[in-house]
Formats: sequence, structure tokens, C-alpha cells
Amino acid sequence: MTLPPARKFDTLVIGAGGGGLRAALQLAQADASVAVVSKVFPIRSHTVAAQGGINAALANVLPDNWHWHMYDTIKGSDYLGDQDAIEYMCRAASNIVIELEHAGVPFSRLPDGRIYQRRFGGQSQNFGGEQAARACAAADRTGHAILHTLYQQNIRARTHFFDEYFAVDLIRDEQGYILGVLALEIETGEPLLIEAKTTLIATGGAGQLFRTNTNARINTGDGMAMALRAGIPLQDMEFFQFHPTGIAGKGMLISEGVRGEGGFLVNKDGERFMERYAPHAKDLASRDVVSRAIYTEVAEGRGCGAQGDHVFLKLDHLGEETVAARLPAIRELARTFLHIDPAHTPIPVYPTAHYTMGGIPTDRHGRVVVPAGQGEEAIPGLYAVGECACVSVHGANRLGGNSLLDIVVFGRAAGNDIIEYLRENRFHRPLNVASVEQALGRLARWERQGEGETVDGLRRELQQIMEQHCGVFRSQAVLEQGLDKVVQVQQRLANAVLRDHSRVFNTARIEALELENLVELALATVTSALGRTESRGAHSRVDHPQRDDERWLRHTLFFREGRTLDYKPVRMKPMTVESFAPKERTY
Amino acid sequence: MKFLVHRYNPDTDAAPYMQPFELHDVRPGMMLRDALLELKASQDESLSFRHSCGEGVCGSDGLNVNGRNVLACITPVAELREPVTVRPLPKMPVIRDLVVDLSQFYHHYRSVKPYLIAYDPEPEVERLQSPEQRAELDGLYECILCACCSTACPSFWWNPQQFRGPAALLQAWRFIVDSRDQATAQRLDELEGPYRLFRCHTIMSCTDVCPKGLNPTRAIGRIKQLMLTHQV
Repeated sequence: MTLPPARKFDTLVIGAGGGGLRAALQLAQADASVAVVSKVFPIRSHTVAAQGGINAALANVLPDNWHWHMYDTIKGSDYLGDQDAIEYMCRAASNIVIELEHAGVPFSRLPDGRIYQRRFGGQSQNFGGEQAARACAAADRTGHAILHTLYQQNIRARTHFFDEYFAVDLIRDEQGYILGVLALEIETGEPLLIEAKTTLIATGGAGQLFRTNTNARINTGDGMAMALRAGIPLQDMEFFQFHPTGIAGKGMLISEGVRGEGGFLVNKDGERFMERYAPHAKDLASRDVVSRAIYTEVAEGRGCGAQGDHVFLKLDHLGEETVAARLPAIRELARTFLHIDPAHTPIPVYPTAHYTMGGIPTDRHGRVVVPAGQGEEAIPGLYAVGECACVSVHGANRLGGNSLLDIVVFGRAAGNDIIEYLRENRFHRPLNVASVEQALGRLARWERQGEGETVDGLRRELQQIMEQHCGVFRSQAVLEQGLDKVVQVQQRLANAVLRDHSRVFNTARIEALELENLVELALATVTSALGRTESRGAHSRVDHPQRDDERWLRHTLFFREGRTLDYKPVRMKPMTVESFAPKERTY
Repeated sequence: MKFLVHRYNPDTDAAPYMQPFELHDVRPGMMLRDALLELKASQDESLSFRHSCGEGVCGSDGLNVNGRNVLACITPVAELREPVTVRPLPKMPVIRDLVVDLSQFYHHYRSVKPYLIAYDPEPEVERLQSPEQRAELDGLYECILCACCSTACPSFWWNPQQFRGPAALLQAWRFIVDSRDQATAQRLDELEGPYRLFRCHTIMSCTDVCPKGLNPTRAIGRIKQLMLTHQV
């Protein structure tokens, strides 16, 4: 067979969100040749939609330090987060935010000219004391501000971009080294091999698994699925975050910053119900806690609206000036999609699929690690950062403001480690043709003509199944049914066909490849959720309502081959400080 | 609801054409993007267009609808006159259907050096910027590069090679006016000459169509003003 044309770089980054771009910047500034492959033009990546802020204990507004941030993150993770990685992230936070400011991020400012910080859920002073204000914000467009700045700095650093190239599969050799990726140029429909000494996966999350979600259409977990197909397990996939405040029935995200600025939730009786669920933190409890509370209010008949299927997020008491200055994009969203002005009218909200806590297992240098003997070993040349990765700093539940932090901290860390790796591994390894052929097979499969189900119909069905069977509350029976249904979708997908076989900018083909990825991840998510017979963080089992540290203070690993599960210990030992032992988690 | 959609597949079509569609299931609150997705799913899978976030922040789905540049995902179909005529952004090379080649648009963006340039040593803390100084960036930094403005600008149509266009110039001003940036002279020099900046004739199409409510015309006016005082 003829191989596709190839390009060679020192290092390859797949995905141009904040994680990929922060890594690329580090590498380009170190004079490595960097290729960034992205299926959309970089600033269309989903980091652009992050709203509320990025956590760092700058203490610009209220007293703070990184150690308190570390405690909050571990508690927020329901003790499933790895404490060394969390210490690393929280220690790095202040520097990395200052660095972003220096790079040009237009942060909002305090009267004295320092960066504005707002209150966010799960933040405390002094290890569980008073509310902290830790989220550094650029109005309610923090992700947009950070992503654009990182892209701009990459323009300055002359990073090489492959815009609108879809990554099909990783290329590996017999020794297990990752040699690059087979990509599809969307504009021409032609495959392209990109060879590199290191490959960083930064492809984001898989919110499109669920019917109602806050995510962009591109969030189909492509990198995670590529890892699975390369024989790499996915970690903690049962932990999927449902954001408490998506616009009811539609899904657009309404930032936690709204509650951080003083907004609160009410049920149909006008009761501020979070006082019952989290007497201390109230509306600023962790996201899993607030989502369950909203779900429960609605399930018990205290929902708002004609169908009683949502609650209201009130911010009319904040005053028009605060809403205009601090939450302009939220106001715009509510006006566009609900025809209301939230400065005067409350917003109908409901828990909405938002964030993939699980992902490709890595260490705190971004190196992808897999079980080996009694411990773990890194896959040579392979890295992952951001939502597609599982370091794990978010454990069973991510705190708001920690995802933007995660991507820049570990994007930089991975960049630095890659520079080290390149020093030791100076030459490209020979291409493994068999692996390329396998990847090309993924494309060839969709050339099939004839009758068959449509990709779009199957995608909708999958999203419906995931919503019904793997939502905020779960049980053995419901998950088992869900697994059966996802397996059926997988079998039917094997027989689906495209009507459109054209080459140029064939979005139907891209959507077919994306759906294959989503199905892999649905299986990983439901299987992992079935395995974990306890409730922890975002994973709530009605049939196992308690957290069970004895049996379950450990990470899940899902392997594609045979859909098997394995487990590994949580890293309880931080880098330098005392570890935080699990205790009852209340807000 | 009736639609007329621009179709062109270079593999098979000798020339572009307008294809009629009819959508029966128009839901309340439906946006144009939802409608196009529905048409693609239920009637013709080969209909191609860019889209992603669905809430007007990623800037992927700029389209010309009934003669006006809009973002499909925040344009309610209920407000559109029938048949809804959907074309790609004007005067850009068409790759396929509603997908245009924005290389030139991005080239102009890169050409204005859209990044902060500072020569002073970096302090170990943030650079200070007063809320008033920061407020100067409002209405500028929010740009999502959807290209609705530049592709609505007659000056950009006529001089696409030389005129930077409203989106790029908005970003030029975003950095000139940033109290932290120290490259004003260099930025103004870059925009010298009759074309790059001064092709703007204040037609204001850019401001009229910007889906984010930004005002490139005002930004361009302020660069021109500064340019004059700078030269004196």
C-alpha cells in the first residue's frame, strides 16, 4: 500500500485549547519544532467558553494561600485526587496566573490595579473556614481571554499550526513508542502522517456523551478514544461532572461566578434551598453537592415552571451595575436564549453534563502512565494534559476555577518534560507501517456504500441513553440496562453508512469518526460506573449511598480489550506537606 | 419554514447553486444553527458548514443570512424572512457549501502583531492596571474572530490584500490602548500608508453586523486620530 505524505517535527501537540497551546508555547520558546494539530481553528477550541475564573491563591481580595487551595481541592475531589499532583498545581497557581497576566490576559482589576478575584464554590480560608475569593477573572469570559492570549503568544513564537486537521489515531511501534499521529486534512479529505519524537494529547473532554450538555459540538473525547485504541486504559471515567446551572432544557453554561457574585438558587416556594443541603457554604458548596440538591428538589416536586422541571437562579438583587460589569456574557446569553434580562428576572437552571474528570492516566509531568509490574511506567514519548487527562487533580469532583488552572499548569509542566525527553531522544524512530495501516483502516471503513443507519440518529440515541442511564444518580439496574444499550449502539454503528462520500470538507465523515470515539467513551464510563459500588463525588449510587474508603479509595482503570477494569491506589502523599486524611465531607 | 441554501461541492459541482429546503418541525426558540443541523440530519447529510459552541463564543458559524452577516447559533429563525437565504460569508473563496477559506482574514490578524509587547523587565507580581485603564479594553478583547465584520466591509472586498480589515484593526487598537503594551510606535508604523488602515471609509458595516456588539469603526477612528498626532 502507499503511505500518506508525511511531515516530521520534534514534537506534536494534538488539540489547540489552553492545555495544548500552553505546552506548545513552552516548546516553541525552547526552540523545538512544534506542530499543533487541531480539528478547529485554535481559538474555536472549547477553552474559549470557560467563564468564571482561574484559581490561584493571590490573596488579592481575601486572605489566602496555596495550602488552603490544596485542602479545598482534595476535599472537593472527595479524597480521590492525587495529593502530590494537587500540591504541585496549587503551588504553581500564583506564578502561572502572573505569567498569563504578563502574556497579556485582560484580567478584571481591583481599584488598586491588581487582578480581580471572585468567590467560587468549594473555596475556603484556613482549611474549611470562611469563604475564600480565589478565582481570578476576566469578567465572565476568562477562558476566552486566556485562550486568545495563548494563541497570540504562539503566533509570536511561530508555532506551526495544522488548522482543521482531524487526528485519526496514534502511530506506535512494536516497542511501545508513540511515533506521531495519522491526521485527516478536513479541507481536502486527504490523510497526512505527522511524525514526532513526542506526542502530547490535549483534546479536551467528552461532554457530547450526554444529550443536554454545556459543551461544544467538538467535545467528543477524540484523544481519550485514541488512547484506548492504542491499548492505554482510561482512569476514573465514572466521574462525570454535572454543572448545577445549565440553562434548563438547553444546556448553555451559566457560570458559578453568578453565585460567586452573590446569586442564589430558589425552588418553587421561593425557598433558598441550598441552606438545607449545605448550611455553611450554601450556594457555593461543591458542584456535585449543588447538582444533587437541585435534582432532589425537582424530583420531590419543588421544581419551578409549568413542568416543575427546574429551579431558579436569582441575581436580580445584585443590581444592574454588578451584572453589567461582572457578568456581561451571562446577561447576553440569557437575553439571547431566554429573552430575559437576568438583572431583573431569575434564570431557569438544571444540572447539565459539563466536565470529564476521568481520562488518560498521567503523572504530574504529563507523562502517560500505565500499570507495569507492581507500579507504573511511562509510555515513551506520549503525554496528555487537560480535560482528556487524569493527573488526577480533580478526583471525583472538580472545583470550579480549577480546570483553567489544570490546563495551563500541566501544559507548561508537560512542555518542560518534553524538552528533557527531546534531549535524551534526539532522533526520530523508524515508522511502523502496520500501525499506519491500522489507522488508515478507520478511514477506509467509512467508504462503505449501501443501506444502513445514519450516524446522526445513533449519536442522538447514545446521548439519550447516557442521560437516562448514567446521570446525576445511578444504580446497578439502570447502569446495566445502559451498558446493554450502549453495546447495541456500538454494534449498530459498525453497520452504519455515510451517504456523503465526497472528499472536500466532508463534515459527515468527521462526525462518524467522532461518534466512534464517543461510543468507546460511553462504554468506558458506564462500565467504570458499574464497577464502583459506592458514592463519591460526582458518582452517586442510590444503591450504595455511602462513601467507602476501605474498599474504594482507589482509581479505576478501564481497558478497551474485553472491557475490563483494574484499580490503582490514590497517591495520598503530597510532595512536601502532610497528607490530608479522608474525613466526612460537608459544606 | 422555507430555506434557500448555497451549495457547492468542488468534487461534483461545476458551479454553485441555491438549494431549496423545507423544515416542518420549527421549534420555539430555534436558532438558525439548529435548523441547519436539522436539515443536515433529516434531509441531506452532505450539507457542510462550520459550527461548534452553539452559544456565540467560538465564532465558527458566521454566515450571510438574508443578506446580513450573522452567527447562526444566536440567530433565532423566527425573526427571519422566508425563504431564509443562507450563503457563505461574502467575497471569501468558498471551499464547500457554506464553508469559506479565511486564510487571508487570519493573515491580516497575524499581521497586526496581536500580542502584548512589553520591554520593561517583568515584575514578580502582576503589572498593575487601574479599572479605568482596563475598561479601555472592553469592547475590544471580546472579539471572537468570526469574520462577520471584515467580510461585510466594502473596503475589505475591494482591497483584500492590502486593507487589514475591521477585525484585525480592532485588535491593533486593543493592544495600542492596553496600558501594559509598549509598542505603540511600532504598531502605528505597521499601519502607515494609504491601504492598511486608511482604506476604512467609515461605512460602518462592521459595527452594524458585529454579533458581539463591538465597534470596530470607533477603534479604527481612534487609531487614525492617534496616527495623526503621532506624525506631528
